[in-house]
Amino acid sequence: MDFTFDSEQNDLREAVRGLLARAYSDSEQRRKVVANDPGFDEKTWARLAEMGLLGLPFAEEHGGMGAGPIEVAIVAEEIGRVIAPEPFIEAVVLAGGLIAAVGTDEQKSELLGAIAEGTSVPAFAHAETGTRWSASASAVTATQSGDGWTLSGAKEPVPTGARADVLVVSAVVDGGTGLFLVQGDAAGLARTGYRTHDGTRAAAVRFDATPATLLGTGGDQTAAIERALAEARIAYSHEAIGAMDTALRTTAEYLKTRKQFGVTLNRFQALTFRAADMYVSLELARSAALWASMVQDAGGDVVAAADRARLQTSRAGRHIGKEAIQLHGGIGVTAEYSVGHYTSRLTAIDHLLGDGDFAVARLARTVGEQATVDPLGAPYAV
Amino acid sequence: MRLQLSPELEAFREEMRTFFTTQVPQEIRDKVAAHRHVSKEEYVEAQRVLNAAGLAVPHWPVEWGGKDWTPLQRHIWREEMQLAGVPEPLAFNTSMIGPVIAAFGNQEQKERFLAKTANLDIWWCQGFSEPDAGSDLASLRTTAVRDGDDWVVNGQKTWTTLGQHADWIFCLVRTDPTAEKKQRGISMLVFPMDTPGVTLRPIELIDGGFEVNEVFFEDVRVPAENLIGEENRGWDYAKFLLGNERVGIARVGATKKMLAQAKDHAREITVDGRPLLEDPFMARRIAEVENELVALELTALRVVANSADGKPHPASSVLKLKGSELQQAATELLVDIAGPLSLASFAEEGSDVPDWARVATPHYLNYRKVSIYGGSNEVQRTIIAGTILGL
Repeated sequence: MDFTFDSEQNDLREAVRGLLARAYSDSEQRRKVVANDPGFDEKTWARLAEMGLLGLPFAEEHGGMGAGPIEVAIVAEEIGRVIAPEPFIEAVVLAGGLIAAVGTDEQKSELLGAIAEGTSVPAFAHAETGTRWSASASAVTATQSGDGWTLSGAKEPVPTGARADVLVVSAVVDGGTGLFLVQGDAAGLARTGYRTHDGTRAAAVRFDATPATLLGTGGDQTAAIERALAEARIAYSHEAIGAMDTALRTTAEYLKTRKQFGVTLNRFQALTFRAADMYVSLELARSAALWASMVQDAGGDVVAAADRARLQTSRAGRHIGKEAIQLHGGIGVTAEYSVGHYTSRLTAIDHLLGDGDFAVARLARTVGEQATVDPLGAPYAV
Repeated sequence: MRLQLSPELEAFREEMRTFFTTQVPQEIRDKVAAHRHVSKEEYVEAQRVLNAAGLAVPHWPVEWGGKDWTPLQRHIWREEMQLAGVPEPLAFNTSMIGPVIAAFGNQEQKERFLAKTANLDIWWCQGFSEPDAGSDLASLRTTAVRDGDDWVVNGQKTWTTLGQHADWIFCLVRTDPTAEKKQRGISMLVFPMDTPGVTLRPIELIDGGFEVNEVFFEDVRVPAENLIGEENRGWDYAKFLLGNERVGIARVGATKKMLAQAKDHAREITVDGRPLLEDPFMARRIAEVENELVALELTALRVVANSADGKPHPASSVLKLKGSELQQAATELLVDIAGPLSLASFAEEGSDVPDWARVATPHYLNYRKVSIYGGSNEVQRTIIAGTILGL
């Protein structure tokens, strides 16, 4: 049991932090970037590619870096620290992760290398307007026609769905949910992009007998989707940790400098105690998120670990996000000031792949199965 | 980053688990698990079993019976002890005065007290808090005035836990009322509880139990050799001691055990023919507390791994704060699972209410103390805001 980062991991953190600090040295830079499509900075994306980060979790033989979940966690946390709008988790961890998990060797060689180089930005088209946070598909149906497939139906909201050049799409097949690749310029594909409240982009994606390629070799992929969603939930937990860390630091700094009634706000215990409680929430959430990545690294039950991390970071994100604004006062709800954007992003993270209530409901279903939970034992450490 | 314990630590954990569950008498462990009153004799018996195996004071200097373990080993030792329902070695002896004497006492005091303290041949109690000095401990007013070879002690202490069992008291007294800073005029004296002039009055708590006491001193003569360390340096020793008090205060193992009991009892109680544990609201409530407990345990492990240099990690205040809240949440769960059965607190023979439900509310009420002692949670928030956030 060891909770410390090694020197390479520390170097990685410094490098990512340096790159993103240059790109987003203040919140005004982020505001400018997210004002225009595609909602992130293509130049920053290219720099992330140059640093190898866009191929971080992929095998070296497929053009990646062959790094593990801890490295992904580090990058995600640094993204959260400045709430960089680049779709690292959406494109690399989730869509890329699915390709790496179920794609054929040929698909992996072709697609993962392009993602790593920054030339391809994939998106996972999975959410549907009639359900939420499910691992299976119901609103898009796949039909086999000759050698290929066609898809019909709709997915929404699809993060980065309009900018993506290739979509990984979940669709109903005989006996479950299959995964398909759809090119951005495919016939019968209609995409309507829009801004989301946190400044990023999502899209309504409609398929009308749209030609598609089977990802992998077919069959029901629900379990693979569940696993990929879990890994992305863990990554989002780390992004949330980075965002919460900044929200708390910003708030503490504000309390030390803002004067009312002739004194700085940190003279009011009613305020400093609330900041202390924010710290407690953050550190517990950080422990849970780090642990979930270690479970993933160790090959343990990543789905349950992700639910635990998600529950803890969701509760902490709500707490810290709301208090950060309240302790600032009116400036916290302005678009000119940074802290409200952190709350907005934390709120988006909560609803992308499942919030705290979703996670606790899943954990509750098995709460009676074990008398006690041992985070260093089965099923987490194997 | 590595999740698994090393094979050596796995073996260590197994060794601890086996020892605690086979060598400490089952009747005593059952009482602890059932939150029933543990007698003085049972405390002493359990601690002597541990001490005979070298497991009562592993954190002391090796010379005085310590083990030179890593912080992680100590953590595992403590967790396994709590999970097994072993009464923990008396904190006043093993976490408080023992380490103080080992660090600051003279050779004669070490030889006189340490072995007996480890073996609970001497039962110590803590004379710190006073009616007007609680969280603001440095405001204490009990005085000790030098008279020939003695100190003469006058004043009053309160919240003296298990003072009714104590043979000796370690006491903070004001020896220099003129000191510029109130912290600088305090010394630490130790003396037997049967010294003339010492009287003890038990305080009944809201659970009907007697745990804490008031202790009055009227011209109590204490030999000068019973001063621990240097005169007027008592505040430093108190801080050292309270730092030790906070170690292990998360009590994750004990809360885990309570949650396991909550699950069992929620299975036994049925609502409309279905186990209460299958009620989605109850299941979620347990899952929510359990998840926070996992996060707390992991935070404790992070703190433990980063405090190898002996200094407490600043985040140890988080452990006290959240640890006490979760202990209280678990006791509250048990009361709510018991429902109307929780009213039968003092039922005797002739009642069908199971034992766990009878003790649930007294335990819940008693555990309001855990967010107050060891530095109240408000003191912990002050520490976090001040030393960590710089506010």
